[in-house]
Amino acid sequence: MKTFAALLQRDITVLIRDLPEFVVRIAMQPFLFVFVFGYVLPNAGQVQPSYANLLLPGILAASMMMAGVQGTAIPLSQDFGAIKEIEDRLMAPIRISMVVLEKIVMGTLQSWIAGGLVFPIAWIIMRNNLSVHVQSFITLFVLLFLVGIASAATGITLGTSISPFKIPLMFATIIIPMIFLGAAYYPWHALGNVAWLQKVILINPMVYAAEGFRSVLTPKVEHIRQLYVILGLLAAITVLSGIGLRGFVKRAYS
Amino acid sequence: MEKPVIQIESLTKVYSLDSHRRVDAVKGISFSVKQGEIFGLLGPNGAGKTTTIGMLTTRVRVTSGDGFIAGISIRDEVAVKRLIAVVPQQNNLDRSLTVRENLIFHAKYFGVPKQEREQKADELLEMMGLKQRQDDYVRAFSGGMAQRLMIARSLMHEPKILFLDEATTGLDPQSRRLLWDKVNELNAGGQTIFLTTHYMDEADELCHCIAIMDHGKILAMDTPGNLKKMVPGGNRIELELKDVSDALIDGLQKLDRAGEVNRRDEPDKVVLSIHGDQTMMAGIMRVAQQAQADVLGVKLHQVTLEDLFIHLTGRRLRD
Ligand SMILES: Nc1ncnc2c1ncn2[C@@H]1O[C@H](COP(=O)(O)OP(=O)(O)O)[C@@H](O)[C@H]1O
Ligand SMILES: [Mg+2]
Repeated sequence: MKTFAALLQRDITVLIRDLPEFVVRIAMQPFLFVFVFGYVLPNAGQVQPSYANLLLPGILAASMMMAGVQGTAIPLSQDFGAIKEIEDRLMAPIRISMVVLEKIVMGTLQSWIAGGLVFPIAWIIMRNNLSVHVQSFITLFVLLFLVGIASAATGITLGTSISPFKIPLMFATIIIPMIFLGAAYYPWHALGNVAWLQKVILINPMVYAAEGFRSVLTPKVEHIRQLYVILGLLAAITVLSGIGLRGFVKRAYS
Repeated sequence: MEKPVIQIESLTKVYSLDSHRRVDAVKGISFSVKQGEIFGLLGPNGAGKTTTIGMLTTRVRVTSGDGFIAGISIRDEVAVKRLIAVVPQQNNLDRSLTVRENLIFHAKYFGVPKQEREQKADELLEMMGLKQRQDDYVRAFSGGMAQRLMIARSLMHEPKILFLDEATTGLDPQSRRLLWDKVNELNAGGQTIFLTTHYMDEADELCHCIAIMDHGKILAMDTPGNLKKMVPGGNRIELELKDVSDALIDGLQKLDRAGEVNRRDEPDKVVLSIHGDQTMMAGIMRVAQQAQADVLGVKLHQVTLEDLFIHLTGRRLRD
């Protein structure tokens, strides 16, 4: 337990050291989206002001997913890179699976911080167009909790199944499509006319995150049922942590 | 009798590169290491030294056989990790942390209490000559400094056994010397050290016991002195001459302990090789003078571990 806490403390120390960079990294994307779609375009008359309501849950989901994935996959690429910096931590008197768990906790924390930043940004920029009624705070917190873990689990899976040198490529080929095909900027039901796509993207955990937040923040917008959302997130967490753990262990030993 | 602190029984490692390509890196080796000694694994690149250390330190999965660290099986990873420390071949310092933080966090991973770890960090930074650099980041560290910091880090949790994998490879002669001194200093304090090297002089100078490894097998294991006695012929004196007379060879053969005198013809000289060490030098010169031989040079050829390696494998340690 002491070892686990020390590993966590090491990662938090490193994160705080680069705090400005960290904040800019996780706040930039939500800021730009909120600014362009929630302020510029409505004022230019290009989208309806009510688009803000559709946007907020999506941006929340996308930001959390991005932060959780970056918070795990990028450090992993350094840890397992040419110089295997993680080796000293693998030599710590703790099971390797606990080292993975620590990484997931770190990614989850970062995802939560990102989620926490989205609310003030959205409120400052779009407050005139926003009509958010939190239907249930308990559900909201359960969703924030699960989405955070799911994003970190996604990051561990991606970070350990791809060569450390290909992490930038991974962003172009996997993360960006995940975000764009994650029902963030449109509700999932709106895809009814493109039925094949609507079905395919159900493997994307982002969909459950965005739809889940929609169900609790802007319930008037048609959304996937909460029960399915929670089951979807739990399934994603189980499967992805499992794959991530296996990938990590495979990398950790030779 | 004292129980060995490391015991290896038929340890084997096969790496599978893919479904049909395999590398037999370590082929069923067995040996043991005594408490308090400096044990060396000497062998050329690719011999399987790093793989052996990897298995003993839980980083490489064992294919078959077993190893015990202070009686604990190396399959019991967490318990073994508590007892050991490793300085790897490559720099693996945490580049996101400063010099001192590298030590402090390492100690934290092992649950060393605060006061103890701060004190230990001070001591070790002093010992390794890194005190002035303690708040620098380790990114720009030279090989020698990184190596010393990694040793300092490994000692933070007072391991029972310290593993050093090719600790001096790539260092300049001065840094190498310094590191040898540190190794001896630690051992004098009772630290058991398991090291690997492909430098025969390093093994010879530092180790109490050496295992010579090649192609995944241990070819010989003993003290450096006993190993060198295995080389047929032993130490030699080589006498280089313009020409040789029968009188000279006769005289040399009559010398005490000389045994057979071997003659080797080279383009511009003849070389006579006589068994013996420096104590016979004077006698040889006297015989040469009496035979009025034209001596071009005398060389004392002391047996090295390299000679033993050549004797055992027909190859040089480094090619
Ligand atoms: N991770 C690995 N995967 C596949 N083969 C390896 C791996 N590590 C080492 N080898 C092979 O195993 C053999 C022994 O390597 P190693 O233990 O590094 O030797 P040494 O440390 O004595 O130079 C070599 O043939 C090497 O190519
Ligand atoms: Mg090696």
